[in-house]
Amino acid sequence: MPPAVEVNKISRRFGNVQALDGVDLSVAEGEFFGLLGPNGAGKTTLISILAGLTRPDAGFARIRGHDVLTDYRNARRILGVVPQELVFDPFFSVRETLRIQSGYFGIRDNDAWIDELLHHLDLTGKANANMRSLSGGMKRRVLVGQALVHKPPVIVLDEPTAGVDVELRQSLWAFIRKLNRDGHTIILTTHYLEEAEALCGRIAMLKAGKVVALDTTKNLLARVSGFTVRLAAARIPAEWQARVLNRDAHVFILGLERYADLELLLAALRVEGIAIDELALEETDLEQVFLTIMGAGRSSPAGLSS
Amino acid sequence: MIRVAGAGWLTLLYKELLRFWKVAFQTILAPVMTALLYLLIFSHVLSSRVSVFGGEVGYTAFLVPGLVMMSVLQNAFANSSSSMIQSKITGNLVFILLPPLSPVDFFAAYVLGAMVRGLVVGLGVFLVTLFFVPELLAMPHPFWALTFAMLGSAILGTLGLVGGIWADKFDQLAAFQNFLITPLTFLSGVFYSIHSLPPFWQSLSRVNPFFYMIDGFRYGFFGLSDVPPALSLGVVATCALVLAVVTLAILRSGWKLRH
Repeated sequence: MPPAVEVNKISRRFGNVQALDGVDLSVAEGEFFGLLGPNGAGKTTLISILAGLTRPDAGFARIRGHDVLTDYRNARRILGVVPQELVFDPFFSVRETLRIQSGYFGIRDNDAWIDELLHHLDLTGKANANMRSLSGGMKRRVLVGQALVHKPPVIVLDEPTAGVDVELRQSLWAFIRKLNRDGHTIILTTHYLEEAEALCGRIAMLKAGKVVALDTTKNLLARVSGFTVRLAAARIPAEWQARVLNRDAHVFILGLERYADLELLLAALRVEGIAIDELALEETDLEQVFLTIMGAGRSSPAGLSS
Repeated sequence: MIRVAGAGWLTLLYKELLRFWKVAFQTILAPVMTALLYLLIFSHVLSSRVSVFGGEVGYTAFLVPGLVMMSVLQNAFANSSSSMIQSKITGNLVFILLPPLSPVDFFAAYVLGAMVRGLVVGLGVFLVTLFFVPELLAMPHPFWALTFAMLGSAILGTLGLVGGIWADKFDQLAAFQNFLITPLTFLSGVFYSIHSLPPFWQSLSRVNPFFYMIDGFRYGFFGLSDVPPALSLGVVATCALVLAVVTLAILRSGWKLRH
């Protein structure tokens, strides 16, 4: 069976910006796959190419073996996309919106599945409300529903939880997890790294249109060994500068490999007479991996594996 | 996966119809009212001054088919153009870009939706004006009239689709309408027979495709026209076909829709 999603040397330029630069990816059937990267890294462009909203300058993309350009009908039939922009059609109610979206895929009499979607998205009480009357979070959930009306085996979610409050975010993820357990392939972009860490089995990190990391979440977390120290102080001894992952005024985030390193750090601070205003230890999480990988290649390298 | 049991374009057509039907006061009643005002004012001012078809047809009766066709054309254009630009600007166009709809599906749904709106408004204008000129009900060639109404609304529906795709802002679309569609419609013989014009303006009218739409439509009502109806049919059908080919090519290219 071909992979759920195959991206082969995809490039796309907008004016002077190389949005995607030779991206290669393959997502297997049934995976929960994360696509991470800072704003402008090319995540949405890549999703738009999968969805047929944007055409690549070079390379090709396939959904379960169906080319998104030459075989777009079959590709789109098995793909469900939740767009990032909060859009809606003000002429229709929630149920009308979902019925019409079903019809675009050639599906009539879809109300049993629509009712199930409304239930899982906590929208049953709003079925007959006009789209205009819904809150932002509700509109977002209708978008999720619209992406799922045709029970697509491959589901792409572009920042689906933006603007959705915490409680509903949990129920939304429970639903997406259930879909994944039922065999749907999920591709997710999110700004909430803890979400990606909790949900995704494998992660690709994009930076300036290139894949800079592609591995299982477990392996990515293992890349950053040790732990981090959050230290508030006037300055940092010169020989420790290389360990700084991130800095916000007088708050430094340092990566350490062993607890023994902490002793050395404290000794260095004492020798230079630097007062510690605040000190906290933190376990490795995806955010540090992300910062490490995104930081690599800057003029002052902040890599941990010194 | 759910069993697929129908054509997606029919739903797009249904959505296009539902869209204007939900605001029928503005999309159907308002244009009927406007046409009625034209009829009352122009027939009152001009009926004793203007002679058409050598005096065989009264001016008010002559005016009605012109107003009906003008309403058909303007509303067909308004429907597809406003639907497309609203979807583009609000961003909900993505709902029809994501499903497996083909360029032909887009074309068929938008143009048929525009034709239905144009024909419904035209029928409304006709029914209201019958109150003033009931003799028009005895039209000699209703199928000619219907053919021209359908072709004319298809042409304007197609132009509206192209205009809506091309325009990035509402004022660009308004310019398309105000500086192209409205002048071509008004100067096509809605309010007069081109035989009443000076020779220069007569020959200029003959390169305006809208003239053939209205002249052919009027033939259905009176059995009289400025040019032979077969010529009008040829011109209008060719225009519709050429526009359809160009528009399908535009849709296939993804111009302004898929980046």
